[in-house]
Amino acid sequence: MNLIKLSWNYLKDKPLNTLLNILLMSLGIAIILVLILLSTQLEESLGKNKRGIDLVVGAKGSPLQLILANVYHIDFPTGNIKLDEAKSLTRNRLVKSTIPLALGDSYQGYRIAGTNHDYVNLYEGEIASGELWSYNLDVVLGSNVAKGLGMQVGDEFFGSHGMSDTNIDHDEKSYHVVGTLSASGSVLDNLILTNIESVWAVHDHEEEHEHEEGEEHDHEKVLGSAYKTGLPEGDADDEITSLLVKYRSPMGAVQMPRMVNSGTNMQAASPAFETQRLFSLLGIGVDLLKSFAYIIIIISGLSIFISLYNALKDRKYDLAIMRSLGASRTKLFVHVILEGIIITILGGILGYILGHGLTEVLAGSYEKSDEVGVTGLVFVNQELYVMLIAIGVGILASLIPAFNAYRTDISKVLADD
Amino acid sequence: MISVDSLSFGYSDQKVLSIPHLEVEEGQHLLVLGSSGSGKTTLLHILGGLLAPSEGTIQIGNTDLYGLNNQQRDKYRGQNVGLIFQKPHLIAALSVEDNLVLAQYLSGTAQDKGRAIEVLEELGLGHKAKSKVKSLSQGEQQRVTIARALLNRPRIILADEPTASLDDANAKKVIQLLKSQAEKYNASLMIATHDQRVKDEFELQLNLTTT
Repeated sequence: MNLIKLSWNYLKDKPLNTLLNILLMSLGIAIILVLILLSTQLEESLGKNKRGIDLVVGAKGSPLQLILANVYHIDFPTGNIKLDEAKSLTRNRLVKSTIPLALGDSYQGYRIAGTNHDYVNLYEGEIASGELWSYNLDVVLGSNVAKGLGMQVGDEFFGSHGMSDTNIDHDEKSYHVVGTLSASGSVLDNLILTNIESVWAVHDHEEEHEHEEGEEHDHEKVLGSAYKTGLPEGDADDEITSLLVKYRSPMGAVQMPRMVNSGTNMQAASPAFETQRLFSLLGIGVDLLKSFAYIIIIISGLSIFISLYNALKDRKYDLAIMRSLGASRTKLFVHVILEGIIITILGGILGYILGHGLTEVLAGSYEKSDEVGVTGLVFVNQELYVMLIAIGVGILASLIPAFNAYRTDISKVLADD
Repeated sequence: MISVDSLSFGYSDQKVLSIPHLEVEEGQHLLVLGSSGSGKTTLLHILGGLLAPSEGTIQIGNTDLYGLNNQQRDKYRGQNVGLIFQKPHLIAALSVEDNLVLAQYLSGTAQDKGRAIEVLEELGLGHKAKSKVKSLSQGEQQRVTIARALLNRPRIILADEPTASLDDANAKKVIQLLKSQAEKYNASLMIATHDQRVKDEFELQLNLTTT
């Protein structure tokens, strides 16, 4: 026998009350945990993907769309920019480095991104098999792509125009898989990477195709003109989707966006600024749901308080007897507090299982969650605070009943028979 | 064994319990008689360390009961005083056996299930050890409280109206049981009652009258 066992026996003696209190507490905790897990993982994933990119330059349109399309690869591109204009931007003295992107095609829902090896290095991508691309129409698959499509080095496929898998296929020139990347937890995992010229080639080919119908095609491999770094040669008509810019100095942040936005036909958007804007919009909803969950926790605290307080009326004899058997006042105080703590801890454990389980189920049922990297099987530091808050509520709820137990006048209670 | 000196207790200005001197030898039993409201329960509570008197001292053996601090007195009571009340107050959330083990735990003595069973068997309740308190009859519950009072081999057994709710046969049985058990443990038994049936069983009697 000890105080925990004693308190537990009292809780077991009122199973329905105890169950209600545990469920209420676990519900509040579960909701908060789901929100915390989702928002922190989303924030982490967004933060990871925008690292190393100071500015995105692309076609005019919504700046948020520009960022979502070119940094996170979740929205459609705003349009294209002229290769020449992009080239002149790379020579700007405020620019330290740039990475070009040519988007617009996809395969089975996975985006094909024309870029150079700098893009892989930006996210510290590592080759899992094969090698990085160098010839046109050679591609490297992100880890999720390779897994999702079950493809490996040596496979071939036809890309399709547009971002969804119902679009028209470019069925003349096929891509050739030369390598796959290992999982990096970044956007690389969900992309099919190739030369910018490959993307051009597929599109040019269609135009040419109309004129040269029926002719034999030259399938000889062409080495990309800028597969490692920089922009490809191209001609005056060639376009790319965007340029990811890194500044030489903080001065860039002051001058570059204005210069691009007012001086050229292009648009510049800062990933840091746009994601923050996005989060401040989402944050309102998250905060609202969180306060709702905290209200549930407070109500569960109130419910614990009411059940303990009511039970105490029937228990004053028990408490007096315990005193007469040698229990000190402090022991009775702890005995009652423990009941509140046991309920919150059980509610907490159940809430953690529910919260993580629910997040995992949500993540599993939503296909995009893989791309964002959301899972219920991680532990976030913030969760610790939730547990502390919950235990705090449990202690607070049992404080007044415990104090009443502490004050029990044994002689009076026992004489009141 | 127990000596009470110039004890006084005032509930209010009107009712005052006053005992100039009282001494009970080791193994001697005392019957406290009086009508209701005469202060029997109060005296028992004072002797049990449950209620501090306004004045006076209570010595049990060499211990000045109210010279101890609250916590020491709680512990002393748990280990040396067995209390039996008119109603069998047991912890309904626990089994019979756990009620006894709880008494060992709260008094700070070693938790010994064997001892608990031993006492229960002495009182013919061995088979009820695992039962819930609620499933016991009134008489059985009363015997469990006696078992609980005897569990820690107390030096004093204080019983407040132990026979009030029992019929003649059971009342006699309980008194015999208390006497025999007190003798077995060489404890002083003190019973407060207004039950005339008990009167003839005790030599040493204290009559409290309302003043």
